[in-house]
Amino acid sequence: MARSSASSSARPASGGAAGAVPRVYLDYAGFSPVDPRVVAVMRPFLEGGVGNPAAPHSLGLEARASLDGARAKVARLVGATPAGVIFTGSATEANNLAVRGAAERARGRHVVTSAVEHISVLNACRDLEKRGWSVSYVGVDADGCVDPQAVARAMRDDTALVSLMAANGEIGTLEPVRAVGRIARERGVPFHVDGVGTVGRVPLAVDDAQIDLLTLSSNDIYGPPGAGALWVRADVKLAPVIVGGGQEGGYRSGTENLPAIVGLGVAADLVRLEGPAEAARLRALRDRLLAGLLDRLPEARVTGARGDGRLPHHASLVVPGVKADAVLLELDLRGIAASSGSACNASTGEPSHVLRAIGCGRDALEGSLCFTLGRWTTAGEIDAVLDALPAVVARLRQLAPR
Amino acid sequence: MPGADVTLDCLGLFCPMPVLKTREAMKRLGPGQILEMTSDDPASEADMKSWTSRTGNELVEIGRNGAVFRFVIRKAG
Repeated sequence: MARSSASSSARPASGGAAGAVPRVYLDYAGFSPVDPRVVAVMRPFLEGGVGNPAAPHSLGLEARASLDGARAKVARLVGATPAGVIFTGSATEANNLAVRGAAERARGRHVVTSAVEHISVLNACRDLEKRGWSVSYVGVDADGCVDPQAVARAMRDDTALVSLMAANGEIGTLEPVRAVGRIARERGVPFHVDGVGTVGRVPLAVDDAQIDLLTLSSNDIYGPPGAGALWVRADVKLAPVIVGGGQEGGYRSGTENLPAIVGLGVAADLVRLEGPAEAARLRALRDRLLAGLLDRLPEARVTGARGDGRLPHHASLVVPGVKADAVLLELDLRGIAASSGSACNASTGEPSHVLRAIGCGRDALEGSLCFTLGRWTTAGEIDAVLDALPAVVARLRQLAPR
Repeated sequence: MPGADVTLDCLGLFCPMPVLKTREAMKRLGPGQILEMTSDDPASEADMKSWTSRTGNELVEIGRNGAVFRFVIRKAG
């Protein structure tokens, strides 16, 4: 495959604080470099005198216009109404607002979600359970895919919300949001989708998938960290999670983080225009990475769905007999940054809830590796992994024979 | 039930915190000593079973009072 050029923008310079940013960066799902074109638009908002969007003076009016401009850009990315966009501090906060907000406002005391959701949705659901709601965690098949009919069976007369991720961040599997959206709509139950990972990479529009609440992340689409958004359909009501001065339609009080939100708006515009071509480019690189790794490590197994059933920038696999932690450390020593797909499990050392849900054996759980590609990923970086990983695995096996 | 050498309150916390705090507390115990941990995270039952079986520490008892779980764990000797 020809070495494709990256996007029109230069790769962001490696960070000053960290100093030694690895030369090969394949942990875009963990953190994405902010696009320099986004930084350029944000800069005056950080350096100049910018008002509070709620202020009565002219600076405040300018700030308000910038805020609403960002709202329109984010809405346009997902085919939504600008008025429904609520800016938050993160996708985690947006998920909390969606799940807790919808459940608390509804009469019903039951929520349906899946066993492989992001920890922010799972812990919001557990919080509801502690306070008297019941939650159905629908299981998944061996690819990590939810069966829409299982969601339908889990629904009750008092179901207040159905929440499903559009794609799993750990194993890349795309979930059947259209089918579940149809079921939820037929039953008149609000449908929340966690769009992190998917928005900007795979077509996802709120009306098409009958979505009532959609979470998205700024950094996931090369915007600054510290911003996220929840889109809310006009006839869906939420209880706020954070109360105060009534910003963001009363759903999220606190003066808006205007520089980050403006950055998110620019990032949304860029990914709307460039996302389809970028996804095609990354899909080809990803396919080459996975095919090359399976060729060199025949015992390795892909986790999650194959081909078009998974996120285009996402490769994940288990290598039986080697611990992911050890592999990641060795790769890091060779200048390659990858992840195990789950920051939470990296801290506890426990097998991830996602891999448990898809029924991987213990051996496999120890060897789960996640490579996520992004806007500045090059063919050379893929080659570096194809060179390094088999050597790392061989070395670790030598150190600790089975 | 044997008396606990150390008690740990994880009420109000969510995964992964009960596991992390338990792990930290267990580090300070000697072999055979007992930790009693309370948690109201619905996920902590599965988490503690998994953690103890993985680490070799003994999950002596799981009690439940409403939403509150009580885990009695004996450190591996």
